[in-house]
Amino acid sequence: MPPAAPLVAPLVAPPGLVLQGAARFGAQPLFPPLDFRADAGEWTCLLGPSGVGKSTILRLFAGLDTGAAFEGHVGADDGAALAGRVTFMAQDDLLLPWLDALGNVTLGARLRGERPDRARASEILGRVGLQGFEARLPSELSGGQRQRLALARTLMEDRPVVLLDEPFSALDAATRARMQGLAAELLAGRTVLLVTHDAAEAARLGQRIWQLTEDGLTALEAPATPLPRAPDAPEVLEAQARLLRALMAGERA
Amino acid sequence: MIRALRLPLALCAALVFWQALVSVTGLPPFILPPPERVLTTLWSSRALIAEHAGITLTEILAGLLLGSLFGAGTAVAMAALPRLEAVLRPVLVFSQTIPVFALAPLLTLWLGYGLSAKIVMAVLVIFFPVASAFHDAILATPRGWIEQGRVMGATPARLLWQVRLPAALPGLASGLRLAAVYAPIGAVIGEWVGSSGGLGYLMLLANGRAKTDLMFAALLVLAAMTLALHWAIDRLATRASLRMRGERRATASPR
Repeated sequence: MPPAAPLVAPLVAPPGLVLQGAARFGAQPLFPPLDFRADAGEWTCLLGPSGVGKSTILRLFAGLDTGAAFEGHVGADDGAALAGRVTFMAQDDLLLPWLDALGNVTLGARLRGERPDRARASEILGRVGLQGFEARLPSELSGGQRQRLALARTLMEDRPVVLLDEPFSALDAATRARMQGLAAELLAGRTVLLVTHDAAEAARLGQRIWQLTEDGLTALEAPATPLPRAPDAPEVLEAQARLLRALMAGERA
Repeated sequence: MIRALRLPLALCAALVFWQALVSVTGLPPFILPPPERVLTTLWSSRALIAEHAGITLTEILAGLLLGSLFGAGTAVAMAALPRLEAVLRPVLVFSQTIPVFALAPLLTLWLGYGLSAKIVMAVLVIFFPVASAFHDAILATPRGWIEQGRVMGATPARLLWQVRLPAALPGLASGLRLAAVYAPIGAVIGEWVGSSGGLGYLMLLANGRAKTDLMFAALLVLAAMTLALHWAIDRLATRASLRMRGERRATASPR
């Protein structure tokens, strides 16, 4: 792993994330009282089946409407507000179809009324392997390239906290493995919360892994090796098997 | 190839049907003139028809321009100011229960026999479809785009201008397609109620004097004008929609 260049490294020390509380849909509990933490500057994976509230937790950190009633505290562990310090990336790449790649990467700046830094945007496009694609429209890109562009937009935002909601789950296996490696490399040094139902993804990217079930959170053992990890590294494959067993046991319960 | 031939073929079929109807029923020319006679009148009265067609076309284009601007502006204002929307939306829906054509005599009374009464008529007919199609489309912006914009720190105004309005342009385009069909109706009805010029006036005049062939000739010109207008707007609207969906034609210049 080469040292992170200043281009994509966070400018400020990233905070950790804290969520303490419970959520419900009307009278129906979504998740019981939790004490969830994501350590500063690390990849934390939230693993679990669909419908247990993983995405709700992520949206609470993003400050977005969840449709559920949440009682408790959610925020950064340094006490300051999270707003303006987070960026998120979902399974849907959320690219605007009428903007070319450069326009999509610099969207955030324009929405804030700032002057887009086109040179930096081009450099970041190069980092995700899209050099020379500045004028391409999203419809002219493959699924993997679109997700690279979404990653470039996330990097361009340069926020210390990155929330990932199953961003690679719609990609084919080889593309997904490449995107995971790229994300691990380029998001190093930030606080990353990755929501996933995929044991292999959690095993490869998690430095802390939490399993969320209807009963609450369980800490699972993550591989001790640093990121990025090879998709076929023995400790990753071993962890993948272990996580899958935990997932299956969790579903039974 | 076959697509290109469709319109001429349909026209030929209509002409044959028309001629057959005249021959079989033996209707007198002042009830149903044969096509050949209508075409002769169209040519011999071309100066007269052109003069009146010019008036109607002016009314239609002015009405279309003003009605579209006014309708689109209202849609944007309602999206930008939720309080305005709360007041305006019921008023707009209620206004649709009044048949706009029933206002034509009133408009003539207020604005006289000139162009303005017909232009206002066309504006009234166009305004609602444009405003509601555009407004609905603005409200239908995919939620993910809006949420992403908020997380990025967008102000509501910038989000509207950079994301919601561009995303809603196909909706505006379908409103304009409807407007292109409605505008001539508005103008002609305005002319029927009270005017001293225009194709609607010419048709009434010809009808009153049993010059049915002239009436048919004016009707043909009106139909051709409406078709041409619809075709032009449809092309424009389709291009805008494709652009917003990110489909680039090989001929279109990038950006």
